[in-house]
Amino acid sequence: MTAALHPHTAVCPGCSAGPSAVTEIAPTEARLAISLPTIHCQACISTVERGLGAVPGVRAARVNLTQKRVLVEADPDIRAAELVSVCEGLGFEAHELDLAALAATETDRAGRELLLRLAVAGFASMNVMLLSVSVWSGATDATRDMFHWISAAISFPAILYAGQPFFRSAWGAVRARRLNMDVPIVLALVLALVTSLWETSLSGEHAYFDAALTLTFFLLAGRYLDHRTRAAARSAAEELAALEVPRAWRLDAQGQEAEVPVADLCVGDLIRVRPGGRMPVDGEIVTGRSELDRSLLTGETLPVLAEPGDQVSAGEVNLTGPLTLRASAVGRETSLHRMADLVAIAESGRSRYTSLADSAAKLYAPGVHILSALAFAGWYLFTFDARVALNIAAAVLIITCPCALGLAVPAVTTAASGRLFRAGLLVKHATALERLAEVDTVVFDKTGTLTAGTPEVVNVGDLTPAQQAIALALAEGSAHPLSRSLTRAIRATGVAPAALGELREIPGYGTEASMDGRRLRLGRAAWAGGDGDLAETATWLDCGEGAAVAIRFADALRPGAEQAIRDLRGAGKTVLLISGDTPAAVADLAARLQITQWVAEALPEQKADRVAALTLAGHKVLMVGDGLNDTAALAGAHVSISPASALDAARVASDIVLLGQDLSPIADACRVAERATRRIRENFRIATVYNIVAVPLAVAGLATPLIAALAMSASSITVSLNALRLR
Amino acid sequence: MTVLSYLIPISLILGGAGLIGFIYTVRTDQYDDPEGDARRILSDEWDDHPKP
Repeated sequence: MTAALHPHTAVCPGCSAGPSAVTEIAPTEARLAISLPTIHCQACISTVERGLGAVPGVRAARVNLTQKRVLVEADPDIRAAELVSVCEGLGFEAHELDLAALAATETDRAGRELLLRLAVAGFASMNVMLLSVSVWSGATDATRDMFHWISAAISFPAILYAGQPFFRSAWGAVRARRLNMDVPIVLALVLALVTSLWETSLSGEHAYFDAALTLTFFLLAGRYLDHRTRAAARSAAEELAALEVPRAWRLDAQGQEAEVPVADLCVGDLIRVRPGGRMPVDGEIVTGRSELDRSLLTGETLPVLAEPGDQVSAGEVNLTGPLTLRASAVGRETSLHRMADLVAIAESGRSRYTSLADSAAKLYAPGVHILSALAFAGWYLFTFDARVALNIAAAVLIITCPCALGLAVPAVTTAASGRLFRAGLLVKHATALERLAEVDTVVFDKTGTLTAGTPEVVNVGDLTPAQQAIALALAEGSAHPLSRSLTRAIRATGVAPAALGELREIPGYGTEASMDGRRLRLGRAAWAGGDGDLAETATWLDCGEGAAVAIRFADALRPGAEQAIRDLRGAGKTVLLISGDTPAAVADLAARLQITQWVAEALPEQKADRVAALTLAGHKVLMVGDGLNDTAALAGAHVSISPASALDAARVASDIVLLGQDLSPIADACRVAERATRRIRENFRIATVYNIVAVPLAVAGLATPLIAALAMSASSITVSLNALRLR
Repeated sequence: MTVLSYLIPISLILGGAGLIGFIYTVRTDQYDDPEGDARRILSDEWDDHPKP
């Protein structure tokens, strides 16, 4: 029945002539994506698809269980927020995703192309290997020649198609007068094909078609693994970015609010920011009074008062009252984006890192070429037979070819990244693991990184029960983070709220009420009558009698913070704390975590300078931070980690993203990275051992295609199995 | 040995069919949601929104 009501857009297989006949999506419909992190089974799929399909205006809904999201095709007037509430009504946690940010995941062309090349190489190498096995088992004369000719007919087109990534990369390297791993690979492939064809035309005994194809296959397998690991990390990172749908509420001339994408905002627009919302632009407050949380930008935990005329920056969070801003800078012009310049400067330092694979190639590529050229020269002088000499040079190149080396790094990084992903860490950068393994100094940011960013009441016990009851009643009237934390803390002691009259929240100041003719206030020091020179976060309770009482707050530690620091110190690393917050707050936290080296009131440039100074002193620095004030330091450090709750700019600047709340995986990650690097080195050694055994045979002219095939497959398989031990 | 003259083409054609089949599955996005596809088969209701 529903099929008739909601005709789906599927193309009838009978009507479409081929894959090119896929219909374009009509512009009259909207495509929406919703992330559903909790779906896990068939029943969930059916429930969500049926539930969304029943919404009027939805044409099709398709769940992707692997990516845990649903794609909806609907009429353009359908809002994602409605669909999110439908999903939540069905009992699933749901978040809107920004489809524009997901675009790259959907069309993973490069990955698909590699997979096809891998399939072609696999198919061709299987067939040629079958023919070669018959040759090795004793086929002679005309039969052998026929088998060789068939192999040639399969190998040439297959390698021309499947080997293109290597040809392209080698050509790029040669044009830039460099040597990379792909130059010896291409040389080996070409030489093997040419000499084998020559041998075949002279009805010779040895042809290396199978070796050339298996080589291509193994190397493509390494490339594909590498690509997939990075694509998985990229798509997860994109999903994080897509969760922050950039929307704003703009006021038009009549004062009506309209929801618009942040990209459409212009300088001079009036924008409404509700409590709990993030400033989309830089601007000046026109109306409204509230408090702002600047911790992501500066690291300060104390909320600041915001009144008409004050300047605000994009990224700050509005806490209490609604504000109307006049935009003074939008998009790329905002202070948030200007920070990108700092990041660009810092980043140039990191690009100097040479990966293990590259440094191996630097040693390896010239060595192989020289060895093979020497073999050719030696045999030519010895026999004056170019055919024999060329054959031996080709055999040397094929046997030394970095088949296992091509797998050595990707196999290990794939296994290690998979393991870290299950532990809640997303490795974004290809060489991040290698760099993480070298770390000896860890620099933490305070607010939002070591602390969860949620305040905790320190001194509930100092209040009398009567005061607690009043404080609870006042705190319940506000959604301010301090009030919510106070509510939680007092509720936990079992006190019931006092009965108050005329309870109202005064944005920017606090809550006010009356009881028995007394005026009660809970809020900022100056307003509630406190003597406001406390260094820590505090709110004041004025009960209308006696002096106002301070209720002090401390930032709650992130779960796992203590353990992470203990483990890191146990592993012999130096731990530093650099924060933009006040000295008192930083000292308190440093004491709680037993961190002896700390810096407070650090500006973004000072953080980056400090990291640069440590690097200059020979330390390998791991920076862990979440705020905008950390981005330059994150980009400048040897390797960097940011939590998923960080600003987008900080996540982009860091190599690894911590997906959960818990910090303890950081110490694990360092250990896994060290082990992964050890495995990579081990793999290099294994590959070298195979070469040391096989190369003398090749140079001596004793290597047959059978020995080449055995050495190559055996070393590739050993290397892959060794990598799998990491899982 | 004349048997080779048709056995080899047959083996190549069979292998080629497998390759073409694989290319077809990749081209038509059949590996986008392996987990979901494995679960959907367990559903006892008629799937009236098959994947386009």
